[in-house]
Amino acid sequence: MNDNTRSIGWPLHLSLLTLAVMFPFVFSSPFIVNFGVLALFYAFIGQSWNISGGFAGQLSFGHVVFFGAGAYASTVLQLRYGMNPWLGLPASAVAGAIVGWIIGFLSFRAGLKGSYFALITLAFAEVLRILVNSVGFTGGGLGLLIPAKPSMANFQFAERIGFYFLILALTVISVAVAVWLRRSRFGAQLAAIRENEDAARALGINVFREKVKVMVLSGAMCGVGGCFFAQYFLYIDTTIVFGVDKSVEMLLVSMIGGAGTVYGPLIGALLLAGVGDLTRVLTDVQGLSLVLYGTLLVIIIAFLPNGLIDLFKRIGQRFKQRGA
Amino acid sequence: MDLTILGAATINGLLIGGIYTLVASGLTLIYGVLHIINFAHGSMLMLAMFGVYYLLTIFGIDPYMSLLIMVPAMYLLGFLLYKLLIGRMAHGKDENILLITLGLSILIENLALMFFKGNTRTISVSYSDMMVEVGPTLVSLPKIISFGAAMALCAALGLFIQHTDTGRAIRAVAKERVGARLVGINVDRIFAISYGMGLATLGAAACLLMPIFYVSPTTGHVFVMVAFTIVVLGGMGSFLGAVVGGLIVGLTESFGGLFLGESLGQIGISLIFILILLFRPSGLFGAKR
Amino acid sequence: MLKVEGLTKIFGGLKAVDSASLDVAEGRIVALIGPNGAGKTTLFSCIAGFQPINSGKVTFQGKDTTGWPVHDIARSGMVRTFQITQPFAKLTVHENIAVGAYQKFHDPSEAWEHARRIADQVGMGAQLEQPAADLTVAGRKRLELARTLATSPKLLLLDEVMAGLNPSEIIEIIEIIRRIRASGVTILLIEHVMQAVMSLSEHIYVLSYGKIIAHGAPKEVVNNPAVIEAYLGRGAAEQMAQEGSHA
Repeated sequence: MNDNTRSIGWPLHLSLLTLAVMFPFVFSSPFIVNFGVLALFYAFIGQSWNISGGFAGQLSFGHVVFFGAGAYASTVLQLRYGMNPWLGLPASAVAGAIVGWIIGFLSFRAGLKGSYFALITLAFAEVLRILVNSVGFTGGGLGLLIPAKPSMANFQFAERIGFYFLILALTVISVAVAVWLRRSRFGAQLAAIRENEDAARALGINVFREKVKVMVLSGAMCGVGGCFFAQYFLYIDTTIVFGVDKSVEMLLVSMIGGAGTVYGPLIGALLLAGVGDLTRVLTDVQGLSLVLYGTLLVIIIAFLPNGLIDLFKRIGQRFKQRGA
Repeated sequence: MDLTILGAATINGLLIGGIYTLVASGLTLIYGVLHIINFAHGSMLMLAMFGVYYLLTIFGIDPYMSLLIMVPAMYLLGFLLYKLLIGRMAHGKDENILLITLGLSILIENLALMFFKGNTRTISVSYSDMMVEVGPTLVSLPKIISFGAAMALCAALGLFIQHTDTGRAIRAVAKERVGARLVGINVDRIFAISYGMGLATLGAAACLLMPIFYVSPTTGHVFVMVAFTIVVLGGMGSFLGAVVGGLIVGLTESFGGLFLGESLGQIGISLIFILILLFRPSGLFGAKR
Repeated sequence: MLKVEGLTKIFGGLKAVDSASLDVAEGRIVALIGPNGAGKTTLFSCIAGFQPINSGKVTFQGKDTTGWPVHDIARSGMVRTFQITQPFAKLTVHENIAVGAYQKFHDPSEAWEHARRIADQVGMGAQLEQPAADLTVAGRKRLELARTLATSPKLLLLDEVMAGLNPSEIIEIIEIIRRIRASGVTILLIEHVMQAVMSLSEHIYVLSYGKIIAHGAPKEVVNNPAVIEAYLGRGAAEQMAQEGSHA
C-alpha cells in the first residue's frame, strides 16, 4: 500500500500501546493519571479535528460546536429523560453527526471553502452556544450538574483509572480511523479534495458529498469527546463546552503536531497537556501556556507548516543517512 | 411596543453602529488591499483599549485626548508587525495567514491575561454620566461624542483614500496589484501602510469605546465577530459597505437585545454572518466573485 | 461516441464559443486546433461540465450529458486533462495516479496496482515515490495523462499535453498516445504542436474566434485557405498561393 505511512510498524504500535496501558499502574498518583487522561482527551478531540481539518483540508475554527452538541445531548438525555449514561456515547455521536451534516451541507452547498468555511463554523458555534444558553431545559446559563454517584453502571468511575482506560480506548479508535483514512479509497479522495478540488472533480469524485461525509464523521467523533468530558468533570455549561477555547485547542493540537498525519494530534496533545500542567505547577501565571501555544502556532505555520512530526521525520532521516 | 423605547433602541443602535463602522473599516481596508483576513483584529482592539485605560489611570490622559497618542502608536505597531511578520507570510495559501493571525490573537489575548489579569475594567471621567436629550430619549454624552468622532474619522479616512497620493496608490494596489507595481508603486510599502492604517483605526476606536464600554482580555472575541459580520455584510473591501454594515449591525444588536433579551439578543449578529455567507457572500456592496 | 451540437458559451458580452459542432467517432484520434484565444480550452471545459453552456447539446455515448455535474461526466467515461497542470502537489506520483484508479477500482491494493501499471505505461515507473510538486513540466504533463488514464476512460480530452516539451519528449508522448488509442480509448486533443497533430490525428477541427471554420482529414484542413487565414491573417492564403505559383 502506501509506503510513506509504513514508517511506524506493528512492533512500535504495540510497544506504545503497552506503555500507555502500563502508565497508570506505574505512576499511580492521581495528578499524573489526570495528566494522562487530559493528554489522551486532547489527542482524541484533536484527532477529530484532524480528520476534517487535516486529512480533508477543511479548516474549522468552530469545531467546539460538535463537542458541545455531544456533551449536552448525552447530559440532557441522562438528567431529564433518565437515559442510561453509557448510551450517552452513541447519543453524543449521533448529535455530533447531525450537527456535522447540517453545517457541512449548508456550507458546502454554498461553495464555502478555506477561510470562509473556517469563519462560518465559528459563527455556527456561537449561534448554538447562545441558543443553548438561552433555553431552560438545558440549564441555561447555570449549566448542568451531573450528580456524583460513582459506579460503573452510572458511567462514573470511582477510580480515575477507569476514565483513563476509556479515553485510551477512544484514542486508539481515533488513531485506527486515521490510519484507515490514510489507506482507504475515502481517505485518498479526501486528500485529492484537499490538494485540488477541481482536479478531484475531474477524476470523478463527488466533492460535495465526500466533504459532507467527512464533517459527519468528524462531528460524531468530536461529539463523543463532549460526552466523555461531561462524565469526567460532571459539570458542563455553554462557556466550557461551546466556548472558543476548545476550538482553539483542537486546532492547535493538530496543527502543531502535524495536520493530516496520524500521530500529529498525539504529539500536539502531549505537548499541550504537558506544557499546561508544567506552567500551572511551576508558575502561578494564568495564560502562560496559551501564550506559548500562540507563539508556537505562528512559528510552525511560518517555518514548519507540516507540524512537529515533520521535524521528527527530518531528524530521523538524518540519523538514517549517518547510519548508512 | 412603546415608540419611545423603539426610538431609544434605534438611536442607541445607530450610535454604537457608528463606532463599529470604524472598527470594521480597518478590517475591510486590510482585506481590500492585502487580501488577508486579519483574525487578530479583535485582540488588537482589546490591546488598544487597555492602552487607553492605562493612559487614563496612570497618566490621567482623557480618552479622547489619547487619540493623539493611540492612533500613531497603533499605526506604528501595524507597520512594524507587517514588516517583521505578516509581510513574510503573505505569499502562501490564504488560510496560512488566517492561522498566523489566529496565533497572534491567541498570543496577544493571553499576554493580556498574564499581565492585566482577567477582570473587567471600565473607566469613568468627569462627563461619563452626563446625558443629552436626543429625540424621545436620553443618551449618554460620551456615546454622542464617540459617534461623532467615529463618523468624522471615517469621513477623514474616506477622503484620504480618495484624494491623496498615498490613498490613490492604496486604491491602485487594492484593485490591481501587478499593474500597480508596473507603474512604479512600491507595493510592499503600501501593504505596510495599509496594515498600519488598519490598526490605527483600532487605536481610534479604542479611545472612543473605552468611555462607553468595558475591556477585559477576552473582549476581542466579541469584536471579532462584530467586525467580520460588518465586513461580510457590507462587502469585503468596500468602504461604503463598512459604514452601512456598521449601522445595520448596531441596530441589529440593539433590537436583538430589546426583543430577545440580553443573552439571546447576541444571536442576531452571528445569524447575519451565516446568512450572508450562505446566500450572498459578496455582501451588499462587494465585488461579485 | 461524442457529439457536440451548436454549443455556445458567452462570457459577459463575448461569445467565447459560437455554435460549435463536432463529432468524435469511437476509436478515433481527433484534433482540435486553432490560433491562441480561439476558445479551444473553453470548449473543452464546456464539454466536460466545468462551465455551464448557454445553448447547444453534448451527447456522449448516446446520453445527453449537457448540464451534468463534472464528476458524473467523468464517471461516465469522458475525462479531461488541464492545460495548466493540476497535480495533487503534496501527494506522490503513485498517490496521484491512484486517485484516478480509485474511480473504477474500489479496493486499495487493486487501485494501487492499477496505478503502478499505468505509471509504467506512460514511462513514470521510476518516479512513483516522488512528490508531484518536484516534477518538471514534462513530468507533470505525463502525470496528468497518467491520472486520467487510470480512470479507465472511454474518451480522453487532452488539453495541450505537449506544451513545454522538448522534441524527444514529444516523440515519446506521441507514441504513448498511439498506444492508448490502441488499447481502446478514443481521443480528442487540443494541440499547437503541428508535428503531433499531423502524425496522430485522423480528423481535425479548426476553431477560430469561437467558430468551427473547417474540419476534415489533416491534409485537406492544412491547405484550407480559411484555416491559413485564421493563423496568418487575411490575404495570406492568396499570397501563399501566388508565391507558390511563382516558385
